[in-house]
Amino acid sequence: MSTNTSDKSSGEMRTQDRPISAQRISALVLRYVYLLIGSWPRMLELIYWPMFQLILWGFITEHLLTNSSWVAEASGVLIAAVLLWDILFRSQMGYSISFLEEMWSRNLGHLFVSPLRPYELIAGLTCISLLRTLLGVVPATLVAILLYQYSIYEIGLPLIAFFINLLVFGWALGMMITAVILRAGLGAESFAWLAVFAIAPVSAIYYPVSVLPDWLQPVAWAMPPAYIFEGMRMVLFKREFHGEFLAQAMALNILYLTIGVATFLYSFRVARQRGLLLQIGE
Amino acid sequence: MTYETPVIQIENLSKHFGKIIAVNNISFSLHARSTTALLGGNGAGKTTTISMILGLLLPTTGTIRVFDEDMLRNRYRALGRMSFSSPYIDLPQRLTVRQNLTVYAMLYGLHRIRDRLETIAEDLDLVSLMDRQYRTLSAGQKTRVMLAKSLLNEPELLLLDEPTASLDPDTADRVRDYLEAYQNRTNAAILLASHNMAEVERMCDHVLMLRQGHIEDEGSPADLIERYGRQTLEEVFLDIARNREAIA
Repeated sequence: MSTNTSDKSSGEMRTQDRPISAQRISALVLRYVYLLIGSWPRMLELIYWPMFQLILWGFITEHLLTNSSWVAEASGVLIAAVLLWDILFRSQMGYSISFLEEMWSRNLGHLFVSPLRPYELIAGLTCISLLRTLLGVVPATLVAILLYQYSIYEIGLPLIAFFINLLVFGWALGMMITAVILRAGLGAESFAWLAVFAIAPVSAIYYPVSVLPDWLQPVAWAMPPAYIFEGMRMVLFKREFHGEFLAQAMALNILYLTIGVATFLYSFRVARQRGLLLQIGE
Repeated sequence: MTYETPVIQIENLSKHFGKIIAVNNISFSLHARSTTALLGGNGAGKTTTISMILGLLLPTTGTIRVFDEDMLRNRYRALGRMSFSSPYIDLPQRLTVRQNLTVYAMLYGLHRIRDRLETIAEDLDLVSLMDRQYRTLSAGQKTRVMLAKSLLNEPELLLLDEPTASLDPDTADRVRDYLEAYQNRTNAAILLASHNMAEVERMCDHVLMLRQGHIEDEGSPADLIERYGRQTLEEVFLDIARNREAIA
């Protein structure tokens, strides 16, 4: 070990500190890219579930095409539903799991003694979530074309609107879940896997909101997925795009995203009050 | 900030966790090119104090100024100029040493990252380890990587929690040499928490003896040894930990 330490002054080495830095956000994204390319089980896990779901629902669709006039009317409705649901699921998981990776590696303490701001962590996690969602869902959409001759891209421009809204709601859920995990510790990590399934029955993924009991329908309409999936069925069955569904989904997403950011930042403050950033455990 | 302005200035700092008082009304300052040790038994308040200086933990009362910045309001103005190393906080295990250091170099906003990594790897004898996954390293090698991570940004304030834990005597001695050379070159201030009394005697010009969250005594290692009528700092540590009186 050399004692001839380098002789550049500290100021020359560092860029001026800015309230928000693309370099710091990129550092987080790069950290996850390194993790993904260095771990084939993680890559496999990203692709496995969307593919598994697609194949399962593809066969169900093939069966129902000859047994259900509803499915026969729009043959891709179940496959489109499963692919769109996976966007929400991947987005939320991508955000939450990436945060959990920091807790599992006991790295949060180091991150927060660097100049990284909590909102930059949020920005980094959303970028990673987008990357993970695309890596998981895009191959599944291509397999749907190959196996079932169904292309979700035929939905056209509305698909972009559906994608963005489901992605954003997944981030909002991810922020709320990570806020809980930050407060409660790794003992609460199962929330990352379970929370999104709790809203599945009221998300109108495979059936219309009208199927739900009257008292449950307001719950469904209080969350963006119901508008997205109803909108998707309008496009597939009636070839109509209902802008009002999109507007309501967007308005709700703004609300949930605000709640997500606020709860995460509040939890971060509580974690600093209670010393939780150094006591990562159950 | 003038040369005389303390790098760290702490006044009446306390931290309560419910009814437990982890740190009880401590005040001290730390100047450039000085090394101060925080000594005390387990639960004395060393880690809690360091965590509050870093901004990982909010104090119940008191003020912390680093580089004359209020750490409760403007900690981000100071964080880029300071760093921290502890064997109790890890780095991502599946990343290589180079990948980990690259990520932190970016987080600290460094220029010419490749050059900086080469230099620090040579300085800390990490060249042959750079492309190995962090999880495959021995405890001593991990400690050196952690030190490299903490020196990447050439900090003007270095907070070290047991910097030579898990190192063999030869490597530990080289790390101390390196830190001393680094301090001589950069005028950095170092705050050190250690249970290695020989290390503290060698490296530190001031010692804060913590007991049950407050500063029980302080002074240079030589002053403390003389005041307690002992031969070594370890004996002074035991006197304080066991609440024995100093020799008047």
